[in-house]
Amino acid sequence: MIQVEGLTKYYGEYAAVRDLAFTINKGEVIGFLGLNGAGKTTTLKILGCVLLPTSGRVVIDGYDAVRDPHEVRKRIGFLPDTPPLYDEMTVGEYLAYVAQLRGVHAGEARSRVLEAEEKTALREMDGALISTLSHGYRQRVGVAQALVHRPAFLILDEPTSGLDPAQIRGMRELIRSLKGTHTVLVSSHILPEISETCDRLLIISGGQLVAQGTEEELARNLGGGSIEVEVRGEKAKALAALSGIGPVSVMQEDGALLSLQVQASADQRPRVAQALVGAGLELLRLDRGTQRLESIFLNLTRSGGAKQEVAS
Amino acid sequence: MKALLIARRELAGYLRSLSGYVIIAAILALNGLFFNAFALGRAAERSATVLSNFFYYSSGFTIVASVFISMRLLAEERQAGTLSLLYSSPVRDRDIVLGKYLAALAFLAIYLVCTIYMPLLVMVNGKVSFGHIFAGYLGLLLLGSASLAVGTFGSALARNQIMAAILTSVMLVALILCWLLARITEQPLSNIFSALSLWNQHFPPFQGGLVHLRDVAYYLLLTYVALFGATRVLEARRWR
Repeated sequence: MIQVEGLTKYYGEYAAVRDLAFTINKGEVIGFLGLNGAGKTTTLKILGCVLLPTSGRVVIDGYDAVRDPHEVRKRIGFLPDTPPLYDEMTVGEYLAYVAQLRGVHAGEARSRVLEAEEKTALREMDGALISTLSHGYRQRVGVAQALVHRPAFLILDEPTSGLDPAQIRGMRELIRSLKGTHTVLVSSHILPEISETCDRLLIISGGQLVAQGTEEELARNLGGGSIEVEVRGEKAKALAALSGIGPVSVMQEDGALLSLQVQASADQRPRVAQALVGAGLELLRLDRGTQRLESIFLNLTRSGGAKQEVAS
Repeated sequence: MKALLIARRELAGYLRSLSGYVIIAAILALNGLFFNAFALGRAAERSATVLSNFFYYSSGFTIVASVFISMRLLAEERQAGTLSLLYSSPVRDRDIVLGKYLAALAFLAIYLVCTIYMPLLVMVNGKVSFGHIFAGYLGLLLLGSASLAVGTFGSALARNQIMAAILTSVMLVALILCWLLARITEQPLSNIFSALSLWNQHFPPFQGGLVHLRDVAYYLLLTYVALFGATRVLEARRWR
């Protein structure tokens, strides 16, 4: 379990992280979301025992990250925002070095390396020089070094940055496959990249936690849900039928073909369907609003930014 | 021992990179030229004097080699972002510093082994004692050790290798120039500056084949103090 209480980090006068508090339970995959400069990297560096906090407490498995950093370091695997790779080594040598650095016995290192390469699909790259690897592979080696010593907790700072869509999907699958064996904290500034992979999201803005919960919870608590429908029929009739459910906006109008957006949470979908069919309209499509989470995220981070301005 | 693990990787890094060989080759070439032109080139001299001259020139090249060998130690890790790997691993900061320094020392030792053909040449054609050669090399190794430790400190302070080399050079030159300060200051102060001087008081005995305990102690103490400083710098870096 990871417990963070009142975490604050100042760089000179500037507070990168202010009074951050959250808890992560064993086995969870947590998405740590925020725009660039929100304090994600600083927080993860503190959790990774790279940086010391100005104040506050980080407790990992009962060990305090400031007082017992070595005990904490044995239990975590950390991937910084740029993978810490030595270009002149081969993948296998590098992973064996990291394993031993993190306390794996020299005799056991090779088998751990093979295990990590298996998990990250790097088996055929074992003998390749790191300097010759593509960006996607470098990122993979970065993940492999984080899990080579079988840590309970993995802290991954933007593992998907700079990857192409296929590689992003691969990385997502890799993170999903770690579920169960590791507790994972993964950061990103792009919501869709991690929203499907993670059990829970922590949203940070201006160095402060602005929201946390599952995708559904966030949508519900913030009233940001929407439903999209496509119907054929009279516009006035459609608007009247939906008026009882929530505010309606017309997204597109093409003769009798209408695309509408209703501001209501996703569980109102049956009511929307009934209302439209009951009013004698042809219901062609009914969906959760796709831009929903993205807009929640942006709203949250924007208001967080506003809060910060007021405070300063 | 984690320090040895770090040292082994670092040394392998030197041996695999071109820059390591370039440093050794360039300094060996210059050292050889100086040996040929100044130590051997003069009119007939006693073998012991030639050998002493060899150690005299070599001491300068050892200091220069130390600057170039040590500049990458920690500055490169910072530049490449690999320092966070060491920081996030259960390794003490002093083991990081010690590992880095030991690798540099081993690499310098390789350089010194490469220079041994010069005293052997003197030996073939003249008469010198093994003791003299041993004392000279011990002096070079100790001088190199202290210079490398100062270089490790400079490399811990700097953001990149070039800054590290500049910082280290400034510190080493300041230590060497303590000798000039000793000449222009009054008694108690001049003794202190003289004792602090990196080269002037402490190296010449080795050059002549003499091993004094106080000279050995000076170089070892300087090594310790500089490495201690580097460790403190690494610790302080965790705050920002």
